[in-house]
Amino acid sequence: MTTTPTPQQHLETGSALGHSVPRKDSAQKIRGQVKYVGDTEVPGMLHGKVLRSEIPAGRIRSIDASAAEAMPGVVCVLVGTDLLDIDPYYGHAIRDRPIIAIDRVRFAGEPVAVVAAETEEQAEAAVRAIRVDYEPTPAATDLDGATGPGAPLVHEEPARGGAFHGLGNLPERLGNVCYRYELDWGDLDAAFAAADVVVEGTFEFGSAYQYSMETHACIAQVDGDEITMWANCQHPFLVRAEMASVFGVPLSNVRIIVPFLGGGFGSKSYTRLEPLTIAVARKARRPVRVVARVDEAILTSRQHSCRIHLRTAARNDGTLVARQAVCLFDTGAYADNGPRVVATAGDAAPGPYRWEAVSVVADCVYTNVSPAGSYRAFGAVHQQWAGELQVDEIARKLGIDPLEIRRRNLLRHGEDVRPGGKPLDGDLIGDVEKAAAALGWDRPRTEWVGRGLSVGVLAAGAHPVSCATVRMEADGLITVNCGTTEVGQGARTVMPQIAAEVLGLPVDRVRMGGTDTRFTPYDRSTGASRSTTVAGLAVQRAAEDLRRQLEDMAGGEADPAEYLNLMRGHFGFAGGELIGRADVHPEGSGSYAEGPVFWEVAVGAAEVEVDPDTGVVRALRTATIADVGRAINPAFVERQDEGGGIQGLGTGLFEEVLFDGGHLSTETLLEYRVPTTRDIPREMSCVIVENADGPGPFGAKGCGEGALAAVAAALATAVADAGVPVNQLPLTPERVWRAIQSRNDKRSEV
Amino acid sequence: MRITLTVNGRAHEVDVEPRDLLVYVLRERLGLTGTNIGCDTSTCGSCTVHVDGESIKSCTLLAVQCDGRAITTIEGLANGALHPVQEAFTSEHALQCGFCTPGMIMAAASRLNEVKDPTEEQIREGLEGNLCRCTGYHNIVKAVQKAAAAG
Repeated sequence: MTTTPTPQQHLETGSALGHSVPRKDSAQKIRGQVKYVGDTEVPGMLHGKVLRSEIPAGRIRSIDASAAEAMPGVVCVLVGTDLLDIDPYYGHAIRDRPIIAIDRVRFAGEPVAVVAAETEEQAEAAVRAIRVDYEPTPAATDLDGATGPGAPLVHEEPARGGAFHGLGNLPERLGNVCYRYELDWGDLDAAFAAADVVVEGTFEFGSAYQYSMETHACIAQVDGDEITMWANCQHPFLVRAEMASVFGVPLSNVRIIVPFLGGGFGSKSYTRLEPLTIAVARKARRPVRVVARVDEAILTSRQHSCRIHLRTAARNDGTLVARQAVCLFDTGAYADNGPRVVATAGDAAPGPYRWEAVSVVADCVYTNVSPAGSYRAFGAVHQQWAGELQVDEIARKLGIDPLEIRRRNLLRHGEDVRPGGKPLDGDLIGDVEKAAAALGWDRPRTEWVGRGLSVGVLAAGAHPVSCATVRMEADGLITVNCGTTEVGQGARTVMPQIAAEVLGLPVDRVRMGGTDTRFTPYDRSTGASRSTTVAGLAVQRAAEDLRRQLEDMAGGEADPAEYLNLMRGHFGFAGGELIGRADVHPEGSGSYAEGPVFWEVAVGAAEVEVDPDTGVVRALRTATIADVGRAINPAFVERQDEGGGIQGLGTGLFEEVLFDGGHLSTETLLEYRVPTTRDIPREMSCVIVENADGPGPFGAKGCGEGALAAVAAALATAVADAGVPVNQLPLTPERVWRAIQSRNDKRSEV
Repeated sequence: MRITLTVNGRAHEVDVEPRDLLVYVLRERLGLTGTNIGCDTSTCGSCTVHVDGESIKSCTLLAVQCDGRAITTIEGLANGALHPVQEAFTSEHALQCGFCTPGMIMAAASRLNEVKDPTEEQIREGLEGNLCRCTGYHNIVKAVQKAAAAG
């Protein structure tokens, strides 16, 4: 006779926890049965197409849509003047962006009009028939153009804080600088003056595109003051609140249904196509679906590019003493998530070392190009490669092995990463040693082969607010309701694993569906590696609440085999249901200063081969560390690290969004190249570290972002180790080849 | 124009415009939305289907070019039981968001028709035209190897 183990026995045997359970959504995905937003149809639905600005900056003198409106199948054309009955600006950090351009355009590609028609072809044809008369104005199309004396101002109106900036008091705008993050401790001048070695350089980081394979898509339907959307947004609850505010309707009247997402990586965080889709549906009085093309998706969100001036000081014994970073981030025409990216980058700039003095100034700068927002590992990926190149430069000058200099200087568990914040909660020295060992750090190397290490931490978890319910129905099956969206990370498998573990049930008895903000409990967002840690903790607590109810009915320990009998006893028939509920909320004041929820570890190693004749860098092998506290599903952890690592390879070696005079020149995947099966290293190892030191369920903490920053930085340090230090990412063949030539020129001069 | 397409074993007579792409007809006219549109430039492979048994990117093929031909989409790949590539994608954790998965499975199944026992290199080469942004491709390659071994 088999018996179902008690919850406690389950914890001991780990039957649901720590096992690589196959994805619960796999059966649908391998059969092509998943309905993404672009596959979804609503009765009476129209198709929306967007007319975008052809110039980077200018005033709109007039728009003539009369020819377009008369075309077959066209129901309406939305223009800026249709929005004057509401406060049509949005932006969760700074409320600076109109739903579509109203009186002026600030980037080439900014939405200027939206057509709703019976078919996509009709809408597209009508878009081409709209005539816009622009008066071009001077444009600040890059950091130099936006920060010099007399730079044209991208925004002239006073700044208004958005609802979710979480950054304390929003500072006054300084020219085109919309946000500044500063971090200081110690006496910087004295530390630099007393140092034996100082290295200094300027580092340029190019903007990558997140490239989720599914582009942005939204269907909106407006009935009076009720707004319903089907949208592929990562943070539906934040979008809901923002749309309620912009359109002046009660928050709970906005309903967002989120099916599966075809990837996100930050590109679908916060508000994207939703406001313009609602606005055109409101005018059309019919539901409208808008699906972006790839070029439109790139114009909708991308990674920040940045320039970092960095100085690092050390003593002759290899002790790091001081670091100064002055950084400019190009956020494009609207702030988007720029302030948060810049704050996170500011925290990442020192690197997780023990400094006597640090000074960081990071500016978020408006320019007349498309807006930049969140991309996996933001902040850390921007800073880590530059800081780690300087640690290695010091090591080379002093003749110290790169692993050894890190051992001597890395923070230990419990030490402050920055004053006042959460102390370090990982084991970085152990992590980097494991990465070095996985790569074969001490093996002999040949000419033009380089090996690099990189260590960083990333403020993770965002704002710790998640709610969940765990519901047991009259057939004994369990449904987890939790607002985390399934972007591919595996939430709809991991959350059931957590609940199954608590309840002592097999994981196939537990399921989780998509998000519908009308019924699904609140979750702040799906990003910042927070789902397993924060939403997972809410699910664990909700499952415990359900178990307590069953224990009360049992008058003691509840045997999972008896759950249905207990419930039937309680309700007196084979009906009713039990709902466990719980939330996670900030402890203390809840301010960002006390954060982050946890420090995500970004530790990796890479081995590369540089072709001296062409400058082509080939990644031979990589190793990443998933310091996750507790791996709920080890295969998912490995796959997250591998996927993040490959994106780090793209960022490190060749992915770059380019503009020419403010116009996007990498419009398709022919110009913007992402890694294929031929680019990947033959060996990618992921070492899972489980020290049960995370704040999430069973000691878990998030992963998946750190690997991107770690691999990009380790590729840079490895190329430098091969003899070619380059202060620019990505490490394109041209840049590497030029660096080799300039090194050869210097040698021949000697 | 009126054309005949045999899709997943079923004959359909469809009125199409000469400019209509095969992927459009499959998705919008026949409701087979398992085939995804990714890039529109024949780069990403999300739209891969089989035409007369060969894998092809349906975003750059006109529907009229397929008149009288047999098309298999992801919805029709399982013939009663799942195709070995589909089975292996689940067991080897070869997918995450799933958007590339239909095209990737169709490309892999076609590769295995051409090369029965491919080397790792031949699998990588065969899948070079299919992008995946979530995984690092390693487990996709492993899944195809496993499917090849399963015959």
